[in-house]
Amino acid sequence: MLDGIKNLPIVFLLSIIIIFPIQAIAGEGQTKSKLPNLTIEKVMDTPNDHGRSITIIWKKPSFDSSFAIPTGYKILRADSLRSNFDSVEFVPIGKSKSFDIQNIEDGKTYYYRIGYANTEIISNIAGPVQAKGNWFHTGKTTTFVVTILFCALTLGILIFARRGGELYIRPISGINAIDDAIGRATEMGKPILFVPGLGAASDVATIAAFTILEHIAKITAEYKTRIIVPCYAPETMIVAQEVVRASYLDAGRPDLYNDKEIFFITQEQFPYTAAVNGIMLRDRPAANFFLGKFYAESLMLAETGFEAGAIQIAGTDEAIQIPFFVAACDYTLMGEELYAASAYLSKDPMKLATLKAEDWGKAGVIIFLIIGVVVASVFGSDFFIRLLDVNVM
Amino acid sequence: MGIFEKIIKLDRRIIFLVIFLSVIFPLIFKVNIPINITPEVRNVYNLIENLPEGSVIVVPCEYAPDTMAELEPMLYAVLRHCWEKNLRVVACGFYVTGVTLIEQEIKYMAKQMNKKYGKDYIFLGYRPYPAAVINSMGEDFRQSFPTDYYGTPLDSLPMMRGVKNFNDTKLVLTINATSGVDYWVLFGHERYGFPLAIGVTAVMAADYYHYLNSGQIVGIIGGLKGAAEYESLVHHKGLATMGMSIQSFVHLVIVLFIIIGNIAYFVIRKRKGINR
Amino acid sequence: MKRELPIAITFICAFILTLQYFIPHRSFEIMYEISNIWIQIIGVFAMILGIISLIMLHWEKIKHKKENWGFSIVTLASLVGMSLVGLIASENSPVFEWLYNFILAPISATMFALLAFFIASAAYRAFRARTVVATILLLAAVIVMLGRVPIGSLISFGIFPKMAEILVNYPNVAAKRAIFMGVGLGAAATALKVMLGIERSYMGSD
Repeated sequence: MLDGIKNLPIVFLLSIIIIFPIQAIAGEGQTKSKLPNLTIEKVMDTPNDHGRSITIIWKKPSFDSSFAIPTGYKILRADSLRSNFDSVEFVPIGKSKSFDIQNIEDGKTYYYRIGYANTEIISNIAGPVQAKGNWFHTGKTTTFVVTILFCALTLGILIFARRGGELYIRPISGINAIDDAIGRATEMGKPILFVPGLGAASDVATIAAFTILEHIAKITAEYKTRIIVPCYAPETMIVAQEVVRASYLDAGRPDLYNDKEIFFITQEQFPYTAAVNGIMLRDRPAANFFLGKFYAESLMLAETGFEAGAIQIAGTDEAIQIPFFVAACDYTLMGEELYAASAYLSKDPMKLATLKAEDWGKAGVIIFLIIGVVVASVFGSDFFIRLLDVNVM
Repeated sequence: MGIFEKIIKLDRRIIFLVIFLSVIFPLIFKVNIPINITPEVRNVYNLIENLPEGSVIVVPCEYAPDTMAELEPMLYAVLRHCWEKNLRVVACGFYVTGVTLIEQEIKYMAKQMNKKYGKDYIFLGYRPYPAAVINSMGEDFRQSFPTDYYGTPLDSLPMMRGVKNFNDTKLVLTINATSGVDYWVLFGHERYGFPLAIGVTAVMAADYYHYLNSGQIVGIIGGLKGAAEYESLVHHKGLATMGMSIQSFVHLVIVLFIIIGNIAYFVIRKRKGINR
Repeated sequence: MKRELPIAITFICAFILTLQYFIPHRSFEIMYEISNIWIQIIGVFAMILGIISLIMLHWEKIKHKKENWGFSIVTLASLVGMSLVGLIASENSPVFEWLYNFILAPISATMFALLAFFIASAAYRAFRARTVVATILLLAAVIVMLGRVPIGSLISFGIFPKMAEILVNYPNVAAKRAIFMGVGLGAAATALKVMLGIERSYMGSD
C-alpha cells in the first residue's frame, strides 16, 4: 500500500505524459472534423483580362459557429503534379469564394490547391491551367456591335451626302443669334468674350466650342471687333490661339490677330470664375459666349454677364448646368445642339451627314427602348436587359 | 414707375441683402427645425451600421475649400459613425487643392474620437489621374500609394496588414465635389464590385440619382441637407444641422421672392390688358 | 501634307484607342498606358506655355501701366510666392498651411458661397408663370426647393419632401437619361468627324 503511495507521483507524471498528448491529438481531430472540406470547383484563365491572372473558384464552406473559424484561406501553387505546392496567397475568410491570382507568367502551366490558414486541411488539386491575355472583351460585345452599326450607318449617310442627297437640319436659334450678337458688339464698339469652358482640349464639347470659335473669329476679323478668350486649360489656350489665328488668316486680316487676347488664367475652378467675372465687369463685352464644359461656375458667369448687360449665348453638354444657363442667358444650346453647331454653321454636307446618323441612331435607341419596355413589362422577359448588360471594364 | 414695376425690376443687390439677412437671422435666433431622413441617406447609414467591428472602409475625398461648407460636416458625421462602430478608415484625396484641408479635417476628427493613426485610420494623400489610381488600387493599394501621406510605407502601418485592395474593404464612400464620382462608379464599382456610396454637393446630387435607381450606388448624401440627416442619424448635431435652419429660411425667402415677382408680373400684365 | 499628316495621326491614334477599349490584351494595355503618359507630358509642357502666357500678359499690363495694373502685381506675386513656398518648404510646412488656411481657403469658400446669391437673383428673374410650361417649371422648382429643406416638411405636413423625391427620382432622371443618350450619340458622331478628318477646325486653318 505504501509502495503504491510512493509510486503515486510517478503514476501522475506518466499520466500527464501519456494522457495529455492523447487528448491533444483527439482534440485536434475534433477541430479538424468541425472544419468543412474544401473543394476547388473551377480553376481558369481570368476571362476578359490582359493576362498574367488565373481565377480560382471554390465551394464556399459553411462553418459551425460554435467552433473557431480559421482566419483565412491559403492558396497553394505548383508548376507540376510532382512539385511541392507552395503557399502563394492569403485570402481573408468571409471574402468571396473566388480569387484572382495576379502576376504570374502567361503560357506557363500551374496547378492549385486551397487550404485553411494554419491548418493542414487542403483541397483537391485543380489544373493544369495557363494564363493568357484575351483579344476581345466578351462583356463589351453589345457595345462593339452598336459601335460597328453606328459607324456603318454614318458611313452610309456620308456616301449618300457625297452623291448629292439633300439633308435637312432644323433651325437652331442659339446659333442663328451668333452673328447678330457679334454685330451688336461691333456697333457698340465693345469686345466679345468667348469662354471655352473647363473641359480639356480633347473633350468633345470643347472641340465643338472650337468650331464655333472658328466661325466667330472669322466674323470678328471682318468686323475688326476685339475678341477675348480666357482659358482654363493651357492646352485649350494653345488650340484656341491656333483656331483664332487661322480664322484671321482666312478672313484676310492676319494683322489684326493678337495672341495676348487668348490667354491662360488658372486651372482652379473658382479663381478662374473670378477672373472671367472680372473681365466681364471691367471690359464690359457686349456679347458673351459660354461654350464647352461647365460646372458650378455656370450661373456665376452667366449672372455676371447678365448684370453687365451683355447678350449671352451658352452651350454645354453638362445636363445639370443647362437650367442655369437657360435662366440667365439669351440663348442656350442644349447637349447635342452644341455638337451640331459646326454642321449647322458650315452647311457642309459631310458634317450634316454625321448629324443625320446621330438622328437615326437616336431613333434606333428609342425603338429599342420601346420594344424592351413592352417585352419586359408585358411578357416579363429580361432578354433585352441581359442583352444590354454591358460590362464596361 | 409704379410699385409693381419696381418689384419686377428689383435691384439684385436688394435680393442679395435680404438673402444675407436670412442667413444671419437663424444664426442669431437659433431656430431648430426637425430633420426628416431620406431613404438614400438612411441606406448609407444602415450599411455602415451593420458592418462588423474592425471592417475597413475607404473614404476618398475629392473637394477643396470652396465646397467645404457642404462637405466638411458630411465627412465629420461619416467619420464619427465609422469610429463609433470601431471601423477602420482608409482616406485619400484626388483633388490637389483639397489635400491639405482633408488631412486637417481627418486629424481633427480623429483627435475628437481618440483614434490612433495607423491603427484606426490612415491618410494616403494625393495622386493625380483618379481613373488610373482607382484601377491600380483595385489591384493593390500599394501600387499607387507605396507610402502614406507622411511617407510611411503602408506595410509598416498595423491597420494595413491583410488589407491589399478593395476585396479587403467593405465599402467605398466617396465625398466628392468633382466629376470623379463617375470614375468611382465606372472604374471602381463596375470593375471591382465593391458597394459604393457617395456624398456630393446639393447641386450635384440630382445628377446621380440614375446610379441610385440602377443600383450602382447604395446611397447618396446630398449637400448640407444630407449631412444634417446623417448628423441626426448619428445623434450628434453639428454644423450641418445648424446650417439647416439657415438653408430652410433662405429657401423660403427665395420662394417668397418668386411669389412676389409673379404677383407683380400678373398685375402688370392685367393692367396692360395682355391676354394669352 | 501639312493637313494630311495630322489627320492621319489623328485617325491612327483614335482607331487604336477605340480598339483598345474592346481588347484587354497586354499589348493594347501598354499602348493605352503610353498614350496616358504622353497626355501627361503634353499637359505639363502646355502648362509651361500657359504660365508663360499668364506672366507675359500681366507683365505687359504692369510695364505699360494699363488700367487696373495693380491687380496684375497681385496675380504675379501670388503665383511666384505660393510656388516658392511649395518648392522650398513643403506642403506640410507651417508657412504653406498658413497661406492655405488663411488665404486660399477663405477666398475659395467665399467664391462658392456667392452661388447662393446668384441663384436667388436668377430664380427671381427666371421663374415667371408666363406660359403653362413655365408655370409647371415654377411649381416643380418651388416644390423641390421646399421639399429639400426641413421647413418644407413642416409647412406641408411631409407632402413636399415626398413630392420632391418623386420629381427628382422620376421626371428628373428620365430627362437626364434622354439628354445623356443624345449627348452620347452626339459625342460619338463628333469623334467620328474628327477621326475621318471631316471636322478640322481644332487644327487651325482649312
